[in-house]
Amino acid sequence: MNAFWALILRDMRLSVRVGGGALMGALFYFVVVSMIPFAIGPDLNLLARIGPAMLWIGALLSTLLALDRLFASDHDDGSLDLLTMSGLPLELTVAAKAIAHWLTTALPLVVITPVVGLMLNIELSAMGYVALTLLAGTPSLTFLGLIGAALSVTLRRGGLLMAIMVLPLTVPVLIFGVAAANAAIVGPAPFGPPFTILCALSLASFVLGPFAAAAALRQGQE
Amino acid sequence: MKTDRMKLICDSLASERGGRQVFAGVNFTVSAGEALVVTGRNGAGKSTLLRVIAGLLRAAEGKVELAGLADEASLPEQAHYLGHLDAAKPSLTVRENLTFWADFLGASEQARIDSALEAVELDTLADLPAAYLSAGQKRRLSIARLLAVKRPVWLLDEPTSALDAQSQDRLAAFMREHLAGGGMIIAATHGPVGLDAPRELKMGAA
Repeated sequence: MNAFWALILRDMRLSVRVGGGALMGALFYFVVVSMIPFAIGPDLNLLARIGPAMLWIGALLSTLLALDRLFASDHDDGSLDLLTMSGLPLELTVAAKAIAHWLTTALPLVVITPVVGLMLNIELSAMGYVALTLLAGTPSLTFLGLIGAALSVTLRRGGLLMAIMVLPLTVPVLIFGVAAANAAIVGPAPFGPPFTILCALSLASFVLGPFAAAAALRQGQE
Repeated sequence: MKTDRMKLICDSLASERGGRQVFAGVNFTVSAGEALVVTGRNGAGKSTLLRVIAGLLRAAEGKVELAGLADEASLPEQAHYLGHLDAAKPSLTVRENLTFWADFLGASEQARIDSALEAVELDTLADLPAAYLSAGQKRRLSIARLLAVKRPVWLLDEPTSALDAQSQDRLAAFMREHLAGGGMIIAATHGPVGLDAPRELKMGAA
């Protein structure tokens, strides 16, 4: 397990160093969501109604766009070869990379959500619930995105291809994430059921993502 | 770990890339303390052979295995692969790069890391980001990985490229030391690697 923690630590360290791209996800999220009031206009009721959906779309795009170099940079400098030659199973190796990526890219996004939500006229009391849905749902976005990152590892411009492949997979997460957030804000449906399903989707992606990504990497090395 | 009875057996190995056969019918056995130098023209399949042995490519036919180990460790976990790329992250320092690989590949002794850096003469640059290293210094950082983590099989692909004469001599000394300790080396090379009378495997140009 030492190797597992070493990899998480190394990837987190890389992302906060020069050119690493930590906080990029959160900044992109902030910018995208800030554009929405300009596009919709000053209708506060409308903004509050579509607010949770916009926050989720912003989170979805920023998580996926930040993922595209996850394996490609290791592939380009030869690190990926060595990563596969450890005693650590490749599934755990890719999971460690996903965890490090989530901690440096998606977690800051969840943290700034209350501030960003102000621009969408979401009530402060409901903001905690919206942030909670993102906290529970973004891990699943990262772990599903892992599959796309592994499939597009050898492609020079894999970013868009990856979004095309992965976005359809994230539809259930989006549906239940927004449903839970809406339930918290406007009701009348309870918050519990959609939130529980969202958590279940995250847990399922913890299993599916690493296995699929490891299989894709093994194929891609040929 | 007992290494003296260890054997690397390559049995009628064949490889195919892009539908074209790179090599076929490669047989050899390397015992503990032995070195095998793989020679051949460009495109003869030297690098491909090393990647197949390292488990980075699938063999089209045949198999390669490590026999005589007490515990069931697979060959890639017992081998160091030194390829054309140096796997150094430019934004991490020299020491951070080496420490990560030592931790990840399963031996994180600070003393070994320090002595490995000293052996390749990078100890004075240990806190410099790897981005500032020259090609030869990056190569030496890769070689330090072989010294910091003890693994019985070394797979070296053009190990002397980018190294100056002094560093080449030092690498040859590391290799002799590794062999004396019961290790095995398979090196693909065009020039001499500085070993006395190693066995040679000549790959035909395809």
